[in-house]
Order: sequence, then structure tokens, then C-alpha cells
Amino acid sequence: MSGNPDKQSKGALLEVDDLRVTFPTRTGIVQAVRGVSFSLGRERLGIVGESGSGKSQTGRAIMGVTPPQAQVSAKKLNFDGIDLLSISPGQRRALRGNRIAMILQDPKYSLDPVMTIGRQIVETLRTHEKVGKAEARERALEMLRAVQIRDPARVFDLHPHEVSGGMGQRAMIAMMLIAGPELMIADEPTSALDVTVQLDVLNILDKLVAERGMGLIFISHDLRLVSSFCDRVVVMYAGKVVEQLKASELRDAQHPYTRGLLNCMPRIGFERHPLPVLDRKPEWAA
Amino acid sequence: MTAAITIEGLEVVFDRFRALKGVDLEVREGESYGLVGESGSGKSTLLRAITGLAPAAGGTITVNGKALGKTRDKAFYRDVQMVFQDPYGSLHPRQTVDRLLQEPLAIHGIADGEKRIERALDEVGLGKGFRFRYAHQLSGGQRQRVAIARALILEPSILLLDEPTSALDASVQAEVLNLLEEVRRRRKLTFLMVSHDLAIITHMCERLMVMQNGEAVETLTASQLIGHRVSEDYTRNLLRASEGFVRV
Repeated sequence: MSGNPDKQSKGALLEVDDLRVTFPTRTGIVQAVRGVSFSLGRERLGIVGESGSGKSQTGRAIMGVTPPQAQVSAKKLNFDGIDLLSISPGQRRALRGNRIAMILQDPKYSLDPVMTIGRQIVETLRTHEKVGKAEARERALEMLRAVQIRDPARVFDLHPHEVSGGMGQRAMIAMMLIAGPELMIADEPTSALDVTVQLDVLNILDKLVAERGMGLIFISHDLRLVSSFCDRVVVMYAGKVVEQLKASELRDAQHPYTRGLLNCMPRIGFERHPLPVLDRKPEWAA
Repeated sequence: MTAAITIEGLEVVFDRFRALKGVDLEVREGESYGLVGESGSGKSTLLRAITGLAPAAGGTITVNGKALGKTRDKAFYRDVQMVFQDPYGSLHPRQTVDRLLQEPLAIHGIADGEKRIERALDEVGLGKGFRFRYAHQLSGGQRQRVAIARALILEPSILLLDEPTSALDASVQAEVLNLLEEVRRRRKLTFLMVSHDLAIITHMCERLMVMQNGEAVETLTASQLIGHRVSEDYTRNLLRASEGFVRV
């Protein structure tokens, strides 16, 4: 891998400057992401927004899985000193799943339904590393154990439809972590899961991210969850960053959209009838 | 107060899997009652058993004083309507909103369709402009409003809500929850609402039942839950989980 030799001294693992993603459609050009800039060290960054805010497209552009008809441009999109937009598709592919990994929302759709969980994990590993079958199996089992699957040997041979959502998501995390990525993009990794399972999965993710010193981009619609999990939060609205703040300072959020998002969720012990709703202002999207 | 729904010892079995293991439940008339639990706890199955979508293998269900048998008659469906979780899956993709809303009217042979459709759309805050659109032309929140309109158009007294907002954005969720509260107040409806989100249940319901593995864990009032006056560990776990992620 052609990494940056002095990455210890350089703080930013990922630098994004003026990222734009546009989709040509029959009715004209849709700008899904309109000039997003942030930098990421080995930290947990949350990207929060509602559907259509461009948060997922931002993650996908970094990962390099934007649909082919869309156009991605940026003044700078650097991962560990590598200019992601100028390298060849082959080089990009070598990064994907290896140094940059992505967890998607619903394991029901992101896992291959006709392949056992074990085979999928082994496939990821052997795509990126030269390892023998037996060793790959051993490492996959170990990884399944690391995501707290109690009976890894049994789960290894199961198909995705045979496991619960929480278990599937753990398998997904195992698959993504097995190549030892430096940057993990998690797109709504727990939204399809039960609350209690959500915490288990987050705990696993948190522990592994901390242990391995990864950078994490946590994309979610749930502002409160993100702020409790991440160090920093980027709030997106209509393809733009409306506010960037430390998770601990969320209470002091300035932008009315951020405040509205925080307020509109029902909370145990805070009786508000009716719930405050967001009054969207056109100038937020300007 | 009379009971709108009384359930005693309800059993639902799928092949050899017991989805519900003898559940008792009483929902009073005009009450909003919540069912909380994880996936697989049987909360949705309970709703589906009431409507007849899941086969009851034992126990009794009584709705508005009438014991339900294996089949449900038309009068039952006029009185009990359901709103499903996924607004993307519960509306016919090739039918306009108008056609969707006409379906229940046609089934029940109701004549003043025109007026009812306009009123129903109005009531859920969509207006006439949405009447001839297709589901794919609507946002998630708008679709759920259509689903609510479809449930309300028969003027039921009981609404079964299966995670009605879990597929929606937070701000849209607030709008739909406000709408549901408003129609309940206006029409004096009885709600039986399923959610995995304790905050939503305490916001919407006066009483609730916590379920796990097809069984009732405990029954609480919303204020008991808010005050953390719960007796089961499982409920305590759920409460802790709903407070968000805490780094250990």
C-alpha cells in the first residue's frame, strides 16, 4: 500500500474539501451533496441528517460506491495522503474493504443471501490478503468471536436468513473488520436493530474502533444516539453542512435545524403534547 | 369503564414455534395502550392475532363485547383498523391515493365515498392535491398519512398501530405522532400501539405492557415507567437502552 510515510505527524486520516455529488435525472441535475468539507483523524465523527440530506451519499462518495451515473467532484478528497479522485478504479478497489470499510444499515440486504456468513467473511479476507483456506477460516471464526457471537462455528455455516438482525449486523461488522481497515464508514449501522441489541452492537463497534485506532464515520438520522457515541458531529441538511460541533457541546447547538432535530423526539419524562415539529426554512438549504 | 379489547390466554403457534405463550391483555375503551418489546417478542403477532392475520391456537379475544372466532366478519373490520409499519410496503404501488381509499369503501358498500375521501385526506393533513397521486410520488410521512386516512375512512373505534413511525425521519415522526394524538382525541379512538421505542410509548400511551419471547413481562402505567418504578430487570434494561449509548 502506498501510504503516507509520516502519517503519525499528519493528523488527518481523511480530508474532504468541497465534496459534491450530482445525479443527472430526466428533470435536470439533482445535487445530493453540495460542498461538504470536514477532516477526520483517528476519531469518531458523526454525520447526522434526515433522509435526503446527502449524508449517505457523502459516505458513499468517500467509499467510492457512488452509482456510475452520478458525478463526484471535490477540491480535495484525500485518504491518508492518497487522492481518492485521481487514482485508478483498480487502486480504489484495492482500498475498498481493505483500508476503508463500510457497514450498511440492514444486514438483510447487505449480506449475500445465498452464501453462508462464514464464506462471505472468508471471501473478504482472501480478496485482500494471501491466506490459506484453513487460516482464513480460523481468522473468520476469531473475528466472529470478537463481535461477541457465542457460537461462531455454528454461525459460520448459517445463511443470512437464518440469523437475527443483530447477529447479521455483527457478522457484517466482522466481515468489514477482518481486513483491518483504518477508516470505517458506518451508515446507520444500528437503525434496523432492537434498542437493546443496538447498544450491544454499538459497544462492539466502539471497542473495536478504539482498540484498532480506526477513524469512524458514523452516519445516522438519530442525533441523540450519534452525540452519545461520537466525538464530533456534522449536521447536514439538503446536501450541505449546516453545523459542525463537538458532541459534548450539542446542547449549545446554534442552528435552528439542529435544535429542531433535538427537540422533536419524544423523551421519557418530558411531557410535551403536541411534540414540537420542524419548521423548515428555505434559507437553510440556500 | 368497559373494555374495548380483552384477551385471555392467547396462544399463537407457527409450526412448532410458540410466538405467543398465553398472553392476557385488557384495553379499556378510549384508552391508548402500548406494547413494547424487541423483535420476536410477539408484540406484532398480538396485533395480527386480533385482526385474524395470525392464527390463534388457544385463548379468547373479545372486542367490544363480542368474542371472536376463527374468522372475522365485515363489521369487525369496520370497527378495527390497522396501520402498518412500513408505508413503502403497505400501499399498493400501482393505485392512486384515491383508489386506495376507495377500496375499503367498496368492500363495505359505503355510498358517500366522495365526501369521505375528501374528509379523510383533510383530516390527515394532505388535502385534495394528493388524491390522484401514486404512492411513489409521496414521501414516507405522506404515505403514512395515507395509510392512516385509509384506516380512518371506515370510522373505526379501535386503531391497531404497528410501529407506525419507525420508518420515518425524526421530524416526520413528530408530525405523525401529533396527527395520531389529534385524531384519537377528536374521534375518541382506542389505540393499541406497538413500538420498540419506550419514549414513543410513554409519549402516546397511558398504560403499556412489556413483552419478551411471546410472554408479558409486566404491565405498567406510563407514569410508573417515567418514574422508573419497574419491577422486572428486563424492563430496566429496556429503559437503560433507551437512554442512549454510554461508554463504559
